Amino acid sequence: MHRVRWWVYVIAAVVIFIALAPIVWLAIASVTPSAALLEKPLHFFPAQIDLSRWRAIFTQGQNSPAGAFRIAMLNSLIIAFGTVVISLLVGIPGAYAFSRLRFRGRRTALMSFLATYMVPTIALVIPLYLIMANLHLLNTRIGLIIVYSSFVTPFVLWSLSNYMDGVPRELDEAATIDGAGRLRILWSVLLPLTRPGIFAAILFATLLCWDEFLYALIFTSTTASKTIPVAVAEFSGKFSTDFGLVAAGGVLAALPPVFIALAFQRYLVAGLVSGAVKG
Amino acid sequence: MTEATVEVATKPRRARREGRTAFFLLVPAVVVVLGVVGWPLVTTVLNSFRRVESALPKAPKPFVGLHNYAYILSDSDFWNAVRNTLYFTFFNTGLELILGVGLGVLMFQPMRGRWLLRVAVILPWALPTVVNAAMWRYYMNADYGPLNAFLVQTGLRQDYYSFLGSGTSAMNSVILVDVWKNTSLVAFFVLAGLQVIPKELYESAEIDGAGALRRFWSITLPLLRPVLAVVLVLRTIEAFKVFDVIYVMTRGGPASSTTSLALYAYKTAFSDQLFGIGSAISLVIVLFCLSLSLFYIRALGGSMGPEQS
Repeated sequence: MHRVRWWVYVIAAVVIFIALAPIVWLAIASVTPSAALLEKPLHFFPAQIDLSRWRAIFTQGQNSPAGAFRIAMLNSLIIAFGTVVISLLVGIPGAYAFSRLRFRGRRTALMSFLATYMVPTIALVIPLYLIMANLHLLNTRIGLIIVYSSFVTPFVLWSLSNYMDGVPRELDEAATIDGAGRLRILWSVLLPLTRPGIFAAILFATLLCWDEFLYALIFTSTTASKTIPVAVAEFSGKFSTDFGLVAAGGVLAALPPVFIALAFQRYLVAGLVSGAVKG
Repeated sequence: MTEATVEVATKPRRARREGRTAFFLLVPAVVVVLGVVGWPLVTTVLNSFRRVESALPKAPKPFVGLHNYAYILSDSDFWNAVRNTLYFTFFNTGLELILGVGLGVLMFQPMRGRWLLRVAVILPWALPTVVNAAMWRYYMNADYGPLNAFLVQTGLRQDYYSFLGSGTSAMNSVILVDVWKNTSLVAFFVLAGLQVIPKELYESAEIDGAGALRRFWSITLPLLRPVLAVVLVLRTIEAFKVFDVIYVMTRGGPASSTTSLALYAYKTAFSDQLFGIGSAISLVIVLFCLSLSLFYIRALGGSMGPEQS
């Protein structure tokens, strides 16, 4: 290996600054007094720290904008959790079928699931709105959980069937000889061995749900059902001068995905690119 | 070997039995996906041939043939949205690809403190799209935006600039904001691609006297092709569907200069209550994404992820 030249370090430092500075300053803005945010010239590091917005988020009622962030955060957590559970329940048996069974139309079926990725939300949202209105699912968390499961499930199917392909079939056969049925093999042989894959799928599914905006924007309009992206978008549109609270809501919304990205970077990156760099 | 013969002998019956098992195992997933994607998509196709002007289920929906499509094709706002979407898609994907390759190569260098670089690069990607858009919308504010403050205080600009105030500038700003977030994804794909290129290739090329640039063109880029193909498809489709970042940053303005097709379909359906026409516009996006991926699969050969495994 070559020695890395000094200018490569300079480029790296510039990249780190460009990537980190906006995020770090978002956190700083959330504790900067409102008046200081409007100063010209702006002091990037405030003289005083103002924790009032954070206090408001955790203590104010749900009718205040700050309290609404807290409720929205809770909604997003519940929806992500529910979606992940449903997608795994319906996705794991399907992934097993794709990985272990030969049947006609197997490839077509798998490709059809993947093709749903190409259908933009906007092409589905109009009829879904009508269906959800009829079923009284608008402004409910369960409504969003069902809708989100539709885009997380294909992802679970795809990534887990890939992962199961990596588990040698000899293990299945050995278990069959020992008298285990398919369900037993899936439960006691395949699932323990695909645990890292399942874990990566859970992380990704959570990120996908957390980031979703258009469905939530159209299907939820009450504080009790709104997700955190909708809350942040609405607040930043309505009260654009109080950036401190937008920043606090933004930091709050970013905490779970940023934590996932930092703590499980290896899992994520491996899961992300596994399909792309094979062979 | 014995397994192979057994498999051949019992193939038809076994295949039928496995087919039935597969069917039962797949039914739950099919129900969820078809119910929420398949059925609404069919409805959207049907609605695109009807005049639908109310969200109420009992409202009349007269069949109007190709009228909605004829309408959008003669509508200058539609063509404006097409132009904006193509512009966004081209520059967004292009910049992400070029910067992503550079960033991937940079992260691959055996530097000290490389972990810090990788952590820093993954963070913008982790930031929710809406938070990213709301953040930059404020940073670019013409009166007290911190980006303006930074540019003036470091002497890069003389005065505050209204990034989102005029058409071209707003569009370019939205593109840059999206590039800032999503280049990370491309970079990590490239990094993974670089890690599987055998080191010996570089060593022998170096012995043959190939310089760094030459090695990049003749070894790195060709071997990265499969990875770049996947990223290109993912990012182009994603860019063509763009909605969130534009909705939050500009709502499509000023004067529709940043209205993408998805945003135009949204406005037509939900602000103007023209659901039939909105359906037709959204199907244009579907058609484009489909033909684009078919084109890519043809043009780039069998190097796509799904084809391989």
